[in-house]
Formats: sequence, C-alpha cells, structure tokens
Amino acid sequence: MTNEIETIIHTQDLSLFYGDFQALHDISLPFAQRQVTALIGPSGCGKSSFLRSLNRMNDLTSGTRSEGAVIFEGTNILEKKIDVVSLRRRIGMVFQKPNPFPKSIYDNVAYGLVVNGIKNRSIVAARVEKSLKQAALWEEVKDRLHKPALGLSGGQQQRLCIARALAVEPEILLMDEPASALDPIATQKIEELILELKERYTIIIVTHNMQQAARVSNTTAFFYMGRLVEVGSTNALFTKPVKKETEDYITGRFG
Amino acid sequence: MTYREHTKGEMIPEGSSRGDRGAAPTDTLTGRGTALGEWVAESSLLIISLISIVVLGLILLFLLMEGLPTFSFVSVKAFILGHLWYPTDEPPDFGILALIMGSISVTLISSLIAVPSGVMTAIYLSEIAPPKMAEILKPAIELLASLPSVVIGFFGMVAVAPLMQRIFDIPTGLNLFTASIMLAFMSIPTICTISEDALRSVPVTYREASMALGATPFETISKVTVPAALSGITTAIILGMSRAIGETMVVLMVAGGAAIIPGSLFDPIRPMPASIASEMGEAPFRGDHYHALFATGITLFLFTILFNILAMSASRRFRLKG
Amino acid sequence: MTFSLSKNRLSGKRGTVQSIWFALFRGAAAINVLALFAVILFMVIQGASAINWAFLTEMPKNSMTEGGILPCIIGTICLALGALAFAFPVGVATAIYLNEYATQGKRVAMIRFAITNLAGVPSVVFGLFGLAFFCTVLKLGVSLLSGALTLGIMSLPVIIGASEEALKTVPNTYREASLGLGASKWQTIFRVVVPSALPGILTGSILALGRAAGETAPIMFTGAVFFTPDLPTSVFDEVMALPYHIYVLATAGTHIGETRPLQYGTALVLIALVLGMNLCAIIVRSRLRNRNRI
Repeated sequence: MTNEIETIIHTQDLSLFYGDFQALHDISLPFAQRQVTALIGPSGCGKSSFLRSLNRMNDLTSGTRSEGAVIFEGTNILEKKIDVVSLRRRIGMVFQKPNPFPKSIYDNVAYGLVVNGIKNRSIVAARVEKSLKQAALWEEVKDRLHKPALGLSGGQQQRLCIARALAVEPEILLMDEPASALDPIATQKIEELILELKERYTIIIVTHNMQQAARVSNTTAFFYMGRLVEVGSTNALFTKPVKKETEDYITGRFG
Repeated sequence: MTYREHTKGEMIPEGSSRGDRGAAPTDTLTGRGTALGEWVAESSLLIISLISIVVLGLILLFLLMEGLPTFSFVSVKAFILGHLWYPTDEPPDFGILALIMGSISVTLISSLIAVPSGVMTAIYLSEIAPPKMAEILKPAIELLASLPSVVIGFFGMVAVAPLMQRIFDIPTGLNLFTASIMLAFMSIPTICTISEDALRSVPVTYREASMALGATPFETISKVTVPAALSGITTAIILGMSRAIGETMVVLMVAGGAAIIPGSLFDPIRPMPASIASEMGEAPFRGDHYHALFATGITLFLFTILFNILAMSASRRFRLKG
Repeated sequence: MTFSLSKNRLSGKRGTVQSIWFALFRGAAAINVLALFAVILFMVIQGASAINWAFLTEMPKNSMTEGGILPCIIGTICLALGALAFAFPVGVATAIYLNEYATQGKRVAMIRFAITNLAGVPSVVFGLFGLAFFCTVLKLGVSLLSGALTLGIMSLPVIIGASEEALKTVPNTYREASLGLGASKWQTIFRVVVPSALPGILTGSILALGRAAGETAPIMFTGAVFFTPDLPTSVFDEVMALPYHIYVLATAGTHIGETRPLQYGTALVLIALVLGMNLCAIIVRSRLRNRNRI
C-alpha cells in the first residue's frame, strides 16, 4: 500500500549548523503526498529546525548554514537560485503560537493572496470564504469578517492562521506545534481539522504531544539530539519501536 | 507573472505526480523575479541610510572650509588663548578664551544644579514613586524637555533675572548664575530620562537580595542600585552636559553677553554659541569675523564630540555590565 | 528602639537618614515638575490678554509694535512641515534599513556612529552648516527651503531613533507569518511591519515636528528674518518664525518694554503649538494602538 503513495518532498543528508553548533546531522527523510507526517522528539532535538528547513525559514536566523539537499519537484530548494518567496507560497507554515496580523479577519486571510498579486476582489473574497470554511472557522466569523483578528480566542486565532496559510493554496503545510498554546477543546478542533485537510494537502507536523501524533499522523519520525532515530508508520512506531531511544521516549522515560 | 487559478483535486488526476502542476513546474521556484525587486529595495534603503554619514561629513567639511581660513590671520594659539574678543574693532582681536571659559563655566555650574536634581528625580521616579505617580510625572519631565529653548530663555530674561537682581542686589540679573539655572532646566530632562532607564535596567533580584539582608530601602538604593547603574548615569550626565554646552538661546538671552573671563558667579558671560548666534547676522560674508565665528563653531563642535566619545565609552561599559 | 514593619517608617538613625534622603528625592522631582508648570503658568497669565483673533490672523504693524503674528505662525508651520518632509522619509527609511536589513557589520557601525554624532551637534552649528551649505553653496539663500532643510537634518536622528524603537516592538512572529505565506521581504516590511510600527513612528515624528517648530538657532541665519511685509509665496522666500520673533522682540527691538505683551503672546502661542503637537502625538499613539485591538 505504501509504495503507491508518491513522495512529494524529501531530504538527503540534510545537516544544519547554527554557527559552530550542528543542529541536524545527515537527515534523509521522504514525505508522502497527502499524508500527515508527525515529527516527534524531546525539546531541542532539532525537529523544529528540520521543519523550518523545508521552506527555508531558517534563512531568517542569522548564522545558519545547511548541507545536503531538500528535493521538491526534482529541485534542490537549498540552492541559491531558488526564489524562496514562491517556495514559501507553495510550502506554507503554521506556527506554534497563533500569530495573526493586527488587521481584520478578512485582511489576514486575504494577505497571502494580495502579496501574491491577486487583485480581483471577487476571487479574493471567494478564496477567503473557502479557506475559512476549510479551517472550520467560517460559521464563527462570517458576521464579523472586518473586525480585528486579535479579538478572536486563541483557538480561533490559530484556525485563522491555518485559513490564512490555506488561502494561498500551498501544496505542503508545515505545522510547528500548532496546538501547544491552546486549550484541550481548541486542540481537538485543530486535530479534526488536520484529519480533514489531509484529503487535499500534505501535512508535516511537529509536536511534543505523542497522543496527538498518534491521533493525526500516518507516519511518525522520531528525532533525538539532531539525528533521525527512527521513522515508520505511526501505528508501528508506537506499538513496536525498533530503537531503544524511541521506546524510552514514547514510554515517557525522558523528554 | 500572474497567479494561476487552480483547484486542488480537480486539476491533479489520480496517481499523477505533483510535479506536473502547471506547464513548467520549476520556473515558479526560480523565475518569479522577486530577487531583483528585493535588491532594488534594499539598495535604495542603504543609499538613503548613507545620507546620515554624508550629512555629518558635510557638516565637518563646511565647518573646516569656512573656519580654517581664520588661521591665516590669527594663529591657533592666539585664537584659543587670546583674552580679547573684539572682532569689529580696528584692528580686530580674535581671541576666544573668554568665550571658551564662558561656555565651560556655565556648563559646569549648570551641571552642579542639574546633575543632583536630575539624578535624584530619576531615583524618585524609578525607585520610590508609586507607579501611578510615576506615570503622571514622567510625561511632565518629557514636556519640560519639549519646551522650546527660546521660551526658557525668555522666561529667564523676564522673570528670573529681575528676581535675581533684587535678591542679590547686583547690577544685572543677566549673568553666569541665572544662565546656569536656566540651562540646568534644559539638561535635567536628558539626565533624568537616561538615568531612569539605567536604574530600571538594574535587575530586581539585586534589590531583593539587598533588602533580604536587612538593608533599608535607602541603603539598597545608595549601595546597590545606584552603583549598579553608575555607568548609565554617567552617560546621562555627560549627554546632559553636552546638551548644555551646545545650547544657544538660553545663554544668548540670559548670560549677559560680556566677553570676559568670569571672576564671580554674578559676572555676565558670553559663551561660544551666544557669540556665534548674535554676531553671525552682522559679520560680513566671508570676512575675517565670519571665518572666526566658524572657527568658534569648530571649537564648540570639538567640545561636543569629546562629550559624545566620553558618553559612548561610558555606555559601552554600561552595556557590558548590564 | 522599636521597628515598624512598614517599609517607609523605619525608626532609629537609619530611618532618619532614609526619610531625609527620600524627602530630597521627592523634593527634586517636585521642583522639576513645578518649574514646568511655573513657566507655562507664567506665560499663560502674562500672555492670555494679548491673544485674540486679530493677534492670530493679522500682519504685524508699526514696525512690529502692534498687530498680529500671522506670518510667524505660518512661517513656523511651514518650516516644521518642510523639515518633516525631508526628515520623515529619510529617517524612516534609515530606521527600516538598520532594523530590518542590516543589523551588524562595519557599514552599519558607521551609519550608527554618524547618527549618534549628528544627535550631539549643537543647534547653532547646524545653523552655521545651513548657512555655508544650503544658503551659499546650493545658492538657496536665506529662505524657507534652507531653514527647513537645516531643521530637517537636525530632526533626522530623532526620527531615526523613534522609528527604530517602534520597529523593534513589532513581534518577529508577524515577520515569520508573512514570509511563511510567500510574501517577499519588502512586502512583509511594507504591509505588515511598518503598519504595526506606525503608531510609534508617527508619535516620534510629531514630537520631532514640535521640536523643530521650537528651534531658533538653526534658522537664525538660514531661513528666518525680522520682518517680511508679506506672507511667503514660495519656498525661496524668507519667512518670519515664532521663536525668532520672540527673540527679536525681546532683545533687539527698539521698543522692548512696549512690546512685552506681544512677546508674551507670541511665547504663549509657541508653547501652545509645541504642547499641542505633544498632545497630538499622544492621541495618535493611543488611537492607532486601539484600532486593531478588540
């Protein structure tokens, strides 16, 4: 069954350095299309750094340097000639803390479209509505689209950020602990949303919550000390981990 | 390049790779041309940023260009150390020692007032005042900074000087002492705000540790908080003095204007900025007097640069400590 | 010897020392605030009677011993706005460059060094520079333009400083979110970062505007004159200005005593203008801050 699924993006011997510190060691990891892959591991294991390499958000941190390759559509996106702006439009990201702009709900979702040159108002409006519906937020905000986004609750803000990311129709959605700042009910809504979204999108999610990884992902990769320890189907990894570190971690012995 | 409308799921047939999205999949990753726009934006911002350097350079250049010719008709030594400033006499005297001494004396005496007052106000605001009180007082201090210098000079002239004249029974209230008081109020806001920032940046843990050892709040302030903020306070004092020595309108209106080396607190003086401001209007264009005033400007500028360098080195130590 | 638990009421010698010092600290703060109110109150009491509609809207008469100060008000507003027209774009662009593009390196160190030193240049030296460069070399003469440019370069460090402070308060998450959506760096700055920093930038700029309006020394040789028979019609005209008008009437006029009410009135108008701008800055700040909140 797994061999029918296409790989959309994969890394080859990816290493990442912050100055002299090596944060990632030779990571090769493929990601299946329209599947959810969870990256787990203790704090500081490099899972977030790895995630941020996939759309080159690490470029924003000064002093970072990477080796190896991240192959997307047959191109190594770490190459200099890559236009990171279009790359990030196609590989979207949702962050740990909800970070809506201090603009209206509507303008937040429309932002990505506007900066990508879509000027036609009816297209933008349609896309905003569609994205908010996909993010299961439409019913809650449709009557106050032009109110400030910062007036929403934390869970709503995070779904707004997901809607904002969906509006530009990325092929891959990177999620960096998207529910860690939320209460259990909001977390549950985000998880349901992830399960719905995987019908259309490839989702790579970093989480420190193993139950969450088990609930939403098809594949799980375990990171430890900047290295990829083990990767496999979520079911297998949680029930029959191969490596000792994985077992220690998922049984709660450290982390 | 225009944005391609496409709907997920419909456009991509089952089993096909994501790679054939659109006609030339890779050109969206390399060919959008944002790089050029970004380069233009960054370069323009850089060029605009260089204006500050250019302006500072031009200021130096033109001061030197218009000031250095002075030394063709008077030696540097005679200019700096000459006691007599009679630029319009026949023959004229171009010695600015009295102006320099006027500037130094008024700066020092105003600092004697402004430093204790400014630092003590800062201590009150940061360490003692209830937060609500501080919230009201801080804007008042900022407002004091925003009062135009000509208004302070005018107030000194019409209100403070006559008062001084009556109290001390002196021939004129326009003198070194009155000018120092008025000048102090120009530098107090500078000294106060920067000192307060320095005091506030002292970690609360220091204060707690001191209090926990049985020190009184005052002992904590005098033995722990103020020493910890000392280089910041030093920076504040130097910048306040720099502001005082360069201040023009107050000394122009209140200092009395006599180009003599002051022998008493109640002597009238003529600091450098006052001399430049009052004489430039009448100095013949590019005549000796004109050049000598620019040379006075250079001297004044050197003083403020000296203060700036001192302040920068003090604040560097401050940052290392903090 | 008894010890009270209240921290301000220590008894014994240490308590006495503390109360004396604390009284001094309070006194210092009180004196400074009182000084502010003394100046303002004095000018209000002395100047209020001089102020009426004619004073604000008429030209000076009888070699400035009677009449209004309209040309001074217009001149000051033009000078300050002209200064801002130069310093605002340059200052904000510099702040954006320093805060968003280049944060370290030799070039940035040099720019910062220049700004720090520019901030320390005495105002009268700016006047000398304006005279030598704008009036003489650029052949602008004593004019509104020369005066405004001189005030503009003087305001530059203030606006750069305020804008940088404002840009620093924009959370990094805004930048990341925008870049993560495929916005370019410039789009991120222009559409997200600068709008978020706008309250701070505008506040700082209005404060700089107020400062420029109150400055005298830089415009004495570059833009302001004793008297103009007409209102300025072009940027190459000489102008009258409130601060210089006060100085001239108070020190150089032939009827210093007679024109005192005019002097007080002019000073009051200048104070009102400058404090009004400060107030304006505070209002702008709170308005814009609240606009995108709940």
